[in-house]
Amino acid sequence: MQSEHIFKQYDAELEAVRAKVLEMGSLVEQQIVDALESLVTSNPRLSESVIKRDHLVNALEVQIDEDCSHIIARRQPTAGDLRMILMMIKTITDLERIGDEAAKVARFAQKTFETDRMWTPRFAEIKAMANLAREMLHMSLDAFARSDATKVLAIAQMDEQVDDQYQMTIRHLITFMLEDPRAISMSLEVLFVSKAIERIGDHAKNISEYVVYMVKGKDVRHISMEEMEQEASRP
Amino acid sequence: MMTTTTPVKAEARNLSFFYNGGNHALKGVNMPLYENKITALIGPSGCGKSTFLRCFNRMHDLYPGNKYEGQIVMHPDNTNILEKSVDPIEVRMRISMVFQKPNPFPKSIYENVAYGLRVRGENNKRMLDDKVEEALKGAALWNEVKDRQQDLAFNLSGGQQQRLCIARALATDPEIMLFDEPTSALDPIATANIEELMSELKNKLTILVVTHNMQQAARVSDYTAYMYLGELMEYGDTDTIFTRPTRKETEDYITGKFG
Repeated sequence: MQSEHIFKQYDAELEAVRAKVLEMGSLVEQQIVDALESLVTSNPRLSESVIKRDHLVNALEVQIDEDCSHIIARRQPTAGDLRMILMMIKTITDLERIGDEAAKVARFAQKTFETDRMWTPRFAEIKAMANLAREMLHMSLDAFARSDATKVLAIAQMDEQVDDQYQMTIRHLITFMLEDPRAISMSLEVLFVSKAIERIGDHAKNISEYVVYMVKGKDVRHISMEEMEQEASRP
Repeated sequence: MMTTTTPVKAEARNLSFFYNGGNHALKGVNMPLYENKITALIGPSGCGKSTFLRCFNRMHDLYPGNKYEGQIVMHPDNTNILEKSVDPIEVRMRISMVFQKPNPFPKSIYENVAYGLRVRGENNKRMLDDKVEEALKGAALWNEVKDRQQDLAFNLSGGQQQRLCIARALATDPEIMLFDEPTSALDPIATANIEELMSELKNKLTILVVTHNMQQAARVSDYTAYMYLGELMEYGDTDTIFTRPTRKETEDYITGKFG
């Protein structure tokens, strides 16, 4: 995809949208980092700012969608260009959902400061899982920026780890709740936050799959891990 | 390369072509034309796509010194239409052609369509009337001209003239129809009419179309061939060529990065 279009303006338009997707990606990444940070460190100012910034993520989604539809209408993109446009339209949907999950985490964080609580929930337990999900998103965006289709396998494997940790967290929380009914409301909060993180992992994985479609024209969604391994070994 | 079981109507086998003077315009092209499908030839100017198309009705025979190598085999009879012993007139009855600019004869609408049949020796008035009507209907022109078939063909609009040329080509019941940039002289509405007509016609015959308009290739064709410098670079079903071509050259051409 290095060569340029004869119509230079077309290149400029594609590049502008691509840059906006990356901008949206880094904004969303920061949202996750801040939301988790606010939760773990009980920082109400930080969670407040995450919630406030969510509309920026939404606005970028709307803007990029519109830019893509303009390019489709005016340029009738084909082949690699078409795949990139399609990929970006799908990517921003996932990014926007990740943004929502981050805002959700920030709202949970706020709740924990508000009420007169007996126990502060132990969010530290899900920190490893959260870091993994955030790293997945980072890698997916990086793969998009570099048109690198090789990262998908590693990201899919990380997603399996996130899912495993999520299952473990659930079991852990159930034990807690059985031991002491007073821990139920706190445990449910942790559960909701873990669910949000698990979803972030799924969305990040989706993005890495779109990158493969963009680069190779291969659809690797909904395939088994074995098939994914085979696909990753192909040039 | 292709996993289709669609019957092949004709195929170029190792087809090369040299213009008088030695220009090697086609270099060993192997390409099937699938029956009742539309195949589009795309590629930059001078890539050989029109040369290739014209081989199919022996147009190059009109100039001395042009030379074919290889074969174009028509099915089901396995006739190599490039064979010297095969009469070009007979080939043109089976494989007709529509050109870039509408080129009706300076005759009436009726006589334009009847022309090919008259050449064939058909003089029965009833028979000619029926055939002309059928061809005009096939070319989606009947309703517009049925009450003025004796008018001069030049009185029709450009789009109508092009459809008249299609009717003229249809009258001899060809098996393959060749279109050489059939809409480049027409406005968008007339273009849409011709494209619609092509997709109707493919139920009856096999179509090979040369077009400079990539979107047109994407819209009308079932298969697309990308040619460059006399070679067939990539050939496949149109959906694949326009979403994930395998060669970089094809990708660059259809995305407008050529050069």
